[in-house]
Amino acid sequence: MRVQKFLAAGAIALMTAAGGASAQSNPVERAIPVERVVSPGGIEAWLVEDHGNPIISVALGFRAGAASDPEGKAGLAEMVSGLLDEGAGDLESQAFQQRLADLAVDLGFDAGRDSFTGSMRTLTENRDAAFDLLRLALTEPRFDPGPVERIRSQVLARLASRVNDPTEIADRVWWRATFPDHPYGRQPSGRPETIGRITTEDLHNFVDQRFARDNLVLGVVGDITAAELGPLLDETFGALPPAATPVSVEPVTPSAAGELIVVDRTVPQSVVMFGQRGLQRNDPDFYAASLVNHILGGGGFSSRLMQEVRVKRGLAYSIGTYLYPLDHAGLLMGHVATQNTRVGESIDVIRAEWRRMQEEGPTAEELADAKTYLIGSYPLNFTSTGSTAQVLVAVQLENLGIDYFNRRTALIEGVTLDEAKRVAGELLDPANLATIVVGAPEGLTPTRSAPDDAS
Amino acid sequence: MIRSTLARRLCLSALFAFTLVGAGPAPAAVFNPETFTLDNGLQVVVVPNHRAPVVTHMVWYRVGAADEPLGNSGIAHFLEHLMFKGTETMPPGAFSSEVARLGGNENAFTAQDYTAYFQTVAAEHLETMMRFEADRMANLALTDEHVLPERQVILEERRQRVENDPGAQLSEMMRASLFLHHPYGTPIIGWEHEMRGLTTADALAFYEKWYTPNNAIVVISGDVTAEEVRPMAERTYGQVPRRAVPERKRVEEPAQTAPRRVVLESAQVQQPSWSRLYLAPSYNRDPENAAYALEVLAEILGDGPPGRLYRGLVVEDKVATSAGAYYSADAFDLGTFGFYGSPLPGAEIEPVEAAIDAAIDRLLKEGVTEAEVEAAKGRLQAGAVKARDSLFGPARTFGAALTTGSTIEDVESWPERIGAVTVEQVNEAARAVLTPETSVTGLLLPKPTS
Repeated sequence: MRVQKFLAAGAIALMTAAGGASAQSNPVERAIPVERVVSPGGIEAWLVEDHGNPIISVALGFRAGAASDPEGKAGLAEMVSGLLDEGAGDLESQAFQQRLADLAVDLGFDAGRDSFTGSMRTLTENRDAAFDLLRLALTEPRFDPGPVERIRSQVLARLASRVNDPTEIADRVWWRATFPDHPYGRQPSGRPETIGRITTEDLHNFVDQRFARDNLVLGVVGDITAAELGPLLDETFGALPPAATPVSVEPVTPSAAGELIVVDRTVPQSVVMFGQRGLQRNDPDFYAASLVNHILGGGGFSSRLMQEVRVKRGLAYSIGTYLYPLDHAGLLMGHVATQNTRVGESIDVIRAEWRRMQEEGPTAEELADAKTYLIGSYPLNFTSTGSTAQVLVAVQLENLGIDYFNRRTALIEGVTLDEAKRVAGELLDPANLATIVVGAPEGLTPTRSAPDDAS
Repeated sequence: MIRSTLARRLCLSALFAFTLVGAGPAPAAVFNPETFTLDNGLQVVVVPNHRAPVVTHMVWYRVGAADEPLGNSGIAHFLEHLMFKGTETMPPGAFSSEVARLGGNENAFTAQDYTAYFQTVAAEHLETMMRFEADRMANLALTDEHVLPERQVILEERRQRVENDPGAQLSEMMRASLFLHHPYGTPIIGWEHEMRGLTTADALAFYEKWYTPNNAIVVISGDVTAEEVRPMAERTYGQVPRRAVPERKRVEEPAQTAPRRVVLESAQVQQPSWSRLYLAPSYNRDPENAAYALEVLAEILGDGPPGRLYRGLVVEDKVATSAGAYYSADAFDLGTFGFYGSPLPGAEIEPVEAAIDAAIDRLLKEGVTEAEVEAAKGRLQAGAVKARDSLFGPARTFGAALTTGSTIEDVESWPERIGAVTVEQVNEAARAVLTPETSVTGLLLPKPTS
């Protein structure tokens, strides 16, 4: 037990001490020995061995998401994600599901805007059978009419159940207004009319064109060795085509800067979504921006917005901001929910804090505390095989390199106060915020109406 | 919500792992938790897990919304918020700032039977967390200056969770109807008109009545051992004096004699849904020894593709787009057994209700099969192995168990007890629990346009 003596001192002393980041140990290296495994057939996976439990988790990501859904068929990637475990190879839907249940294999897929991800978790004793089910799902999905119509009806039911939810409306309208002429403006889950248009041929085309070895990344964690994993990679993913069909998604700049859109709904609490242009993941200022965002609205109870909006004024239960780096655009977004009579006050406070951070940047103490948080909290991602595997995939999808786990601390440490202030000044601008309010807000004057198909 | 019972009790077992991996007889150990009790009555449970150099540290109090004084609904949850407002020596928010500065995550939650606070931090900061928690166990300092804005926050929380969401409103009305007399019928967050009147004095009175080491359990999961934890616990929690705690005694439900039906029509609703709750035993109140059989029953009926309801209603008969069942056994008093279903888009709700009623009738008449019981037991036990693959889950399992009348041994023997369930027990439990008189049916419907 490495109880650091200075931390065992009085609480008040700790509170006032600025706490340099160099005092933190960085346990990631010891916790996460990531190994690059390349199969005989040339398929690469990042592996973290952990033999503590008889469990193996696999995470995978294809660089192909909902943004590449064909025009008029938004929701295709999402439909595929719901159907890969609904029959594959010789196993029809119920037989496939029964086999998953009998082997206690967890298998799931998810379609994001830029990537299509999946996860599989199995007990060690069922390892080979579980990897084989994953192979079947990715390479021989059946898309039989029965399951296709069943999943289609479930997607439609889910869309219907959310169509009037204020949070969902705010999300739809924000993305539509921000990316009016770009696939990012569509909902990955699609719309009822686009879901209705998706054919079995579309589903097969998606799999044939988007799932390939050259756009696949893999993370494997748990009770398996590199020697065992190598041949399994070939058996599982070797049947994928070597290269995906190229898709081009254009780079895009967020629209609607400075706009305030109100969608009238009879609910007691207005839901607000706001955002502006942000940074992409490969931007050299990304770490400075992460620290600034943490201080402004990203960091739990201690962020400026949490203090000003919730703690001091009682305006909201939840308030937060986050960086959303897409492959072809960068965003800085946030949300708040406040009773209709006071939502204008919430928005004013947010804009004022946005401006204060833009003009003054963070203080030295805020920056130091943000660094210790972002560095110290990273190991919290590695407490299960599944979450660890997901991090391995995310780091690969973002092209950060396998040495990222060793470089990350220095990248955060290296941000100076001047840099943080510069990035805050360049990035943040309350005049750039696109703000969507859903509810019956009092005293707000919209700058424009909501985009057509979004309500 | 729907998956909560299963998920919680699945966080239970290593026993099955051993039986799977090694061939020999199952050893008695499950999570291998270690436990000790301080002189002041505070119990400490340690679940070693050395995957990452981090710990989850939780303090659980044996008090929840169901222990609130009449007229003060929401005070248990309000107090949970106010526990972040400082002590005699720590300014408001200082604990949270320090957790964040140390790279930790924290939060708290309130249920009907317990209130819990937790931090996940690098293992080297564990004692700091323990010292701060021990401090606010005894030295909470509240003033109106910080309490009154927080009362606005919980009202916003209620608007966000309930008043903006017709499904949550229906659920609130259903629970209020299921429990005619027992405080489980009152929402954890409180009734709005009573929340508005909650005061600093109310919060302090509740705190002084219930927050004391002999009414608390500390659960630590992660890169640490009990041997390391004990001296730290003695230096921190061990310094807090014990106080007398009242017995947790809630009123009993009367005999229920008529099924209830709650219908909520809302312009916000486009996709209807149907649900039903039955009163059920809990692990703690289980005179007929039915709780484990009901877990197997819920697994057979299922809330996914292998389940009877999904297979019958969604796949084969195509009358529903979703259908399933679940059971919540983690309660100090009564548990609940629930069903749900939703029609195909654009279709009526009635055929879904008729189909679920028919499935229940068939279950009560014909019972379940040996094959169904064995398959369900296998899935539950395999899930229990995977539950070890978590830091937070095992800690939550022990905390919830120990605050609702269960013991560490109950948790440890869960897979064994699931394994012992028979077809007859499942059928008897189904017939005992699925009686219309002890049920509430809820319908969430679009508002008819006139």
